[in-house]
Order: sequence, then C-alpha cells, then structure tokens
Amino acid sequence: MSFPWAQQYKPATEFGQWMDDRLPIGRLVYNSLGAGYPTPRNLNYMWNFGSLAGVFLVVQIVTGIILAMHYAANADIAFDSVEHIMRDVNSGWMIRYAHANGASFFFIAIYLHIGRGLYYGSYKAPREMIWLLGVVIYLLAMATAFMGYVLPWGQMSFWGAKVITGLFEAIPLVGKPIQELLLGGFAPDNAALNRFFSLHYLLPFVIAGVIIMHIWALHIPGSSNPTGVSVKGKQDTVPFHPFYTAKDGWFVGLALIFFTAMMFFMPNALGHADNYIPANPLSTPAHIVPEWYFWPWYAILRAFTFDFLFVPAKLLGVLAMFSAILVWFFLPWLDRSPVRSGDYRPRFKKFFWFGLIPCIAILGYCGGAPAEEPFVMLSQLATAYYFAHFLIVLPLLSRIEKPEPLPNSITEAVTGKPLQQAS
Amino acid sequence: MVRFFGILIGLFFAGMMVYSFGRGAVEYISNPPVKAVEYQFHEEPKDVSFKSDGPFGKFDNQQLQRGFQVYKEVCAACHGIRLVAFRNLAELGYSEDEVKAIAANWPIETPDIDPNTGEASTRPSIPADKFPKPFANNVAAAAANNNAIPPDLSLITKAREGGAPYVYSLLSGYTDAPAELPEANRPGTGLHYNPYFANLNLAMAPPITGDDQVTYSDGTKATVSQMAQDVSAFLIWTAEPSLIKQKQTGWAVLAFLLIATILAFLSYKSIWADVKAEKKKKEA
Repeated sequence: MSFPWAQQYKPATEFGQWMDDRLPIGRLVYNSLGAGYPTPRNLNYMWNFGSLAGVFLVVQIVTGIILAMHYAANADIAFDSVEHIMRDVNSGWMIRYAHANGASFFFIAIYLHIGRGLYYGSYKAPREMIWLLGVVIYLLAMATAFMGYVLPWGQMSFWGAKVITGLFEAIPLVGKPIQELLLGGFAPDNAALNRFFSLHYLLPFVIAGVIIMHIWALHIPGSSNPTGVSVKGKQDTVPFHPFYTAKDGWFVGLALIFFTAMMFFMPNALGHADNYIPANPLSTPAHIVPEWYFWPWYAILRAFTFDFLFVPAKLLGVLAMFSAILVWFFLPWLDRSPVRSGDYRPRFKKFFWFGLIPCIAILGYCGGAPAEEPFVMLSQLATAYYFAHFLIVLPLLSRIEKPEPLPNSITEAVTGKPLQQAS
Repeated sequence: MVRFFGILIGLFFAGMMVYSFGRGAVEYISNPPVKAVEYQFHEEPKDVSFKSDGPFGKFDNQQLQRGFQVYKEVCAACHGIRLVAFRNLAELGYSEDEVKAIAANWPIETPDIDPNTGEASTRPSIPADKFPKPFANNVAAAAANNNAIPPDLSLITKAREGGAPYVYSLLSGYTDAPAELPEANRPGTGLHYNPYFANLNLAMAPPITGDDQVTYSDGTKATVSQMAQDVSAFLIWTAEPSLIKQKQTGWAVLAFLLIATILAFLSYKSIWADVKAEKKKKEA
C-alpha cells in the first residue's frame, strides 16, 4: 500500500543491502513504524493511546514472564507463592505490582483508544477490519485479565472465577456441562487454576498476533484523523518517524510517570482487600466485584432482574452483557453516516457526550457498587440507553442528521490554505 | 438488514430495562429499602496516622519493636504470622543474636520430625523458620476458640478495607452495646460488641484490656491507644515489609522518568517546530 509520496527504504550499509535482498525486515519496520509510513499531520493526543496500549502489553508480557518463573499454579500453594514473590524474590514486589497495575493501565489505554474510535468514526469505511480486529483484541484482553486475576488464588480470585464461569451455567440445557468443562470440575479448583494459568500465558501472544493484523490492516488505508477527511496529498501527511515516534515517545514517558506513581505509592488502590485473604470455598465475601475495567459489563449483567416469558433473568443478563460488546462488531454497518469525525456531526456529538459517555460512567460506577437500590435502577436506565444508542440512535441519526461542512483537506483545516495538488 | 434487526434487538433490551426500572421504582417508592441495623451502628475507622504513611513515610523501628512486643505478648497465642520468618526481624533493628534468641525462645515450637523415629515432633525455631502457627490446623483453632478461627495476621492490614486504621480502631474500639441496639443484634454468648466490626459482634474478646498490659523497655507509656497503634504499625510491616523501599525506589524512578520525559518533550517540540510554524501563520 502506502501513498505514492512515501519515503523509500534505502539501506545505509552494505550489510543492510545484503539483508534487504534476502530478509527485508528493516524495510518492514521502516514502512510500518518508520519514515516510510506517511501519517496525517493533524492527529491530536487521542491518537496516542494505541501505541501506549502496545507499550503496556509489552510491560505485561515482560513482567508476566518473570512472575511465571516464581509463581506456582497449584491451589494449595499459589497464594503463598505470590507472597513468596512479594517477600523473598529480589525486587519481586516491583515486578508483581508492575504487572497488577500494568493491567489497569493497559485497559485505561485501550478504553481511551476505543473511545477515540467511537467519536471520530474510525470504524467506518475503509477501516472496518481495523475496528473488528480491535474488538477481538479487546475480548482477548478481557479473557486474559480475568484469568490473571484468578491466579493469586485469593478470595476475590476464587469467587470471581465462580461467578464468571457460573455465567455459562445460564445457557439452557448445555450450560452446566459447559461450566464443568471450563472449570475441569464442579467448582474452581486446581484443574481450573492450572488451565487458567496456561491460557493466561498463551493469550497475550495471541493478542500480539492480532495486533500485528490490526496494524497491517491500518496500513492499507493509513491512519484516520480528527477531521475524518481522507489524506489527499503529500502536504496532508508527515512521515511517522520522526514526527509521531517523537510524539508517542514523550507521551509514553508521561504515562509511565502516572503508572510508576501508582505502582510505587499506592499499588493496591485498584485492587480489592479480600484478595489478600486466601481462597476459601466455604466463606463468601460480602461483595463480589470484578476488577474496575469490567464494572460497566457487570452492571449490565446485574440490571436484568425480571424473567421474560420463559427466559430467566440470569440468562437475559448474560445475553445482554455479551451483546453489549458484540454490538461493536456491527457498528460499521449500524452507523451509516458518511461523515467520520464527530466534530462535524452536531447531533451525534450531543448523543456521544451527553448520552453514551455518562451512561458508561454510570454503568461503571454501579458495577462496582453493591447490588442494591438505587444502583440497580440507575444501571437499568443506563443499560437501556446503552443499547438504544448503538442499535436505535446511531442507525436513525445517520439518516436525519445534517452534518456540518467538511474542510476540503487536512492541510486546509490546519493551515487555512488550500492543499496544493500539484505537489 | 443489520439495522432492522439491530433496532428490534435494541428495542427489546431497552424496553426490558425501562420496564424493570419502572417496576423497581414502584417497589422503591412503595416499599423503601430499610438500612440494615449493622449500617446504623457501624462506624468507620478512626482517623489515625502512621509514620509509614505518605510518599515520604518511614518505619519507626522503635515503634515496630514495641508492636512486635505487643504481638508477642498479646496476640501470638491465637494469631499466627505464618508468612513472616524470624530472620525478617533483623529489619526491625534486632541484632543477629537477638533474632536467634527470639526464634529459640518462641513459645510455640516449629513442627518437625524426630530424626531417630520419624515421628512428628517439634523443635526450637531458628532464624530461617517462619513463625510457627499457633494451632496445628483450622479444626484445632476452631475448637479452642468457640468455633471462630483466629485469622493469620501476616497480611491483615492489606486484607481488610480500611487497612491499619481499621485494625487500630478494632483493637481500641470495644465498648458496651448501646441501649438502643435491637435485641437481635446484641452480642450473644462468646461475642463482644465492637462498632468497627462489620456485623458489630466479634468473637475475639477485647485483647487489649487496660493500660500497662505490656511493659515497654524503651520507657514509652503503654496506654491502650499506644499499644493498639504500635501493633498496627507492626502489622503494616508484616503485610508489606518492603513498603519503605518501594517509596524510595519510586522517587528515584520518578526523577529519572521526569528528566527523560522532559528531554523527550523538547525533542518532540523541536522536531515539530517547522510543521507547527505553518499552523501559526493561520492564527496570525
């Protein structure tokens, strides 16, 4: 792909030339993350979170590999092996806290990355595949994070595993056998812990593979941008390196400042006290809550309190929870507005900022709160809007909305002067 | 087609939710939920601070040694600290010989097997041993404590909402049950009223009963509050022995990252200077 004005890779050394003729790995990097990738010149800081998520995935893989050298996936000693890492492994506490907080920062980065896509219409043609692969990455990340949280085998690990695998029980007829198959038993125990550990180690590499496809798909049309107007000429772009490597670079530094402040000074702030109690199948914690990044979905699950005809409320909740994410797979075909960027869609903008964002914030809050009133009622209202937003508002909006006039080109939007096509 | 089915599914879910909300609201208004008695009488942990708090916090070894003394004389008969080893006590400022003596004289011996017969036996501890558990197993612990198993305290300040202030409040917060407390919530046989405990009634009898229950060798007056604070500070250490090292490392890492990020920001600025200059012309 790439634009005709993209800079061409020229090996600087004879060895580089020799390599380029045989295994052009330097060319691959140059064209994907180097000067050979022309990138819109007007990207704002919302375009920084993809690379940031990548950085945190690397943090997770590196710290995770080290943790796995000391961790023991056995229900009898898993909890103590984590404490062994905290107390007796040199700097083990640093590795573990980096891993525990790194998961949260990975999710912060991908939530902002997804939010960017939702607002600026990054899921629209010709970028549907990038979006679909992104949803796959998100699903894999959720599975990985969930199984990782089970590994310390504390109270929240155990009861979280019990509740989440219990969701499959809601499936009619085959639910119970599926749950038993997933757990390798009737309740979470050694078999479940071992397979979760195995999969927790595997899935990040699957994620890395899907990320490669995500970036591959990105390089076909090139990056979107805040105006949503396609790149039309050389003036609209700058080479990825050094322009965006420099911008991503300093922003990663800024993010790492927040990350390290968190992991060194308040490492357990995002965790749950109950997970420092060893798993006990005979004692149920007062409030079973997942990690914060699952709270919106957990709120949707718990919002269903009534059976519908012959469908029990629990099954409805499970269906709704999965539908809430699966609906993203259909988003490119639900929102048919030809205008990508929310900046030029006056009504969409209002629904986004005053509808979707508050609704997800409310769901997030209610998901972390106990299942009591008024939180259940609040999450019911927010769930109603969540589905209405994607399935009713967006399809209808793209028919009735009159978008604002778009700039003729990215260059014109930035400099006020028309793009010189001749160049 | 996608949109048609989408709207149908959207209407179904949204409709279900609005209906559930309506039923919930009617129920909420006609039959407002009553706060459980536990909530009315429960109290949040007292406002107490520790020297290890905050980004510049440090352990006070004198206090940790006093806290260890309280743990040893008051708590250790029922509560273990199984994740802590005797050798770790060196971090509190005890010398090698003192650690050896503490381990050897610990009232509970370390389980072992008799080297001659292979029978289960016990032996005096050495610094490499973890603190032996006060009860052989949970059944023995429950049998000796009116069916309540005393929790291990190694991680207690991290394993309870409210942390060390909660532990302090619980230890110093036993009172008589208020007169207006309903009969159902009054402490039964073997239970003790404590407003800081989640369900108000605690199996543990007040462990710190009065001033001068322990005699501090450093001359500190052993008030109830002082002993509760000292042992809470000690339990902060057992839960997170590397706490101070974490903060010190954190400052070094932050200083490095700050400099690196400023440099990276300046290079970003200089790389983009020409491209941004074009933009400025527009504003001028």
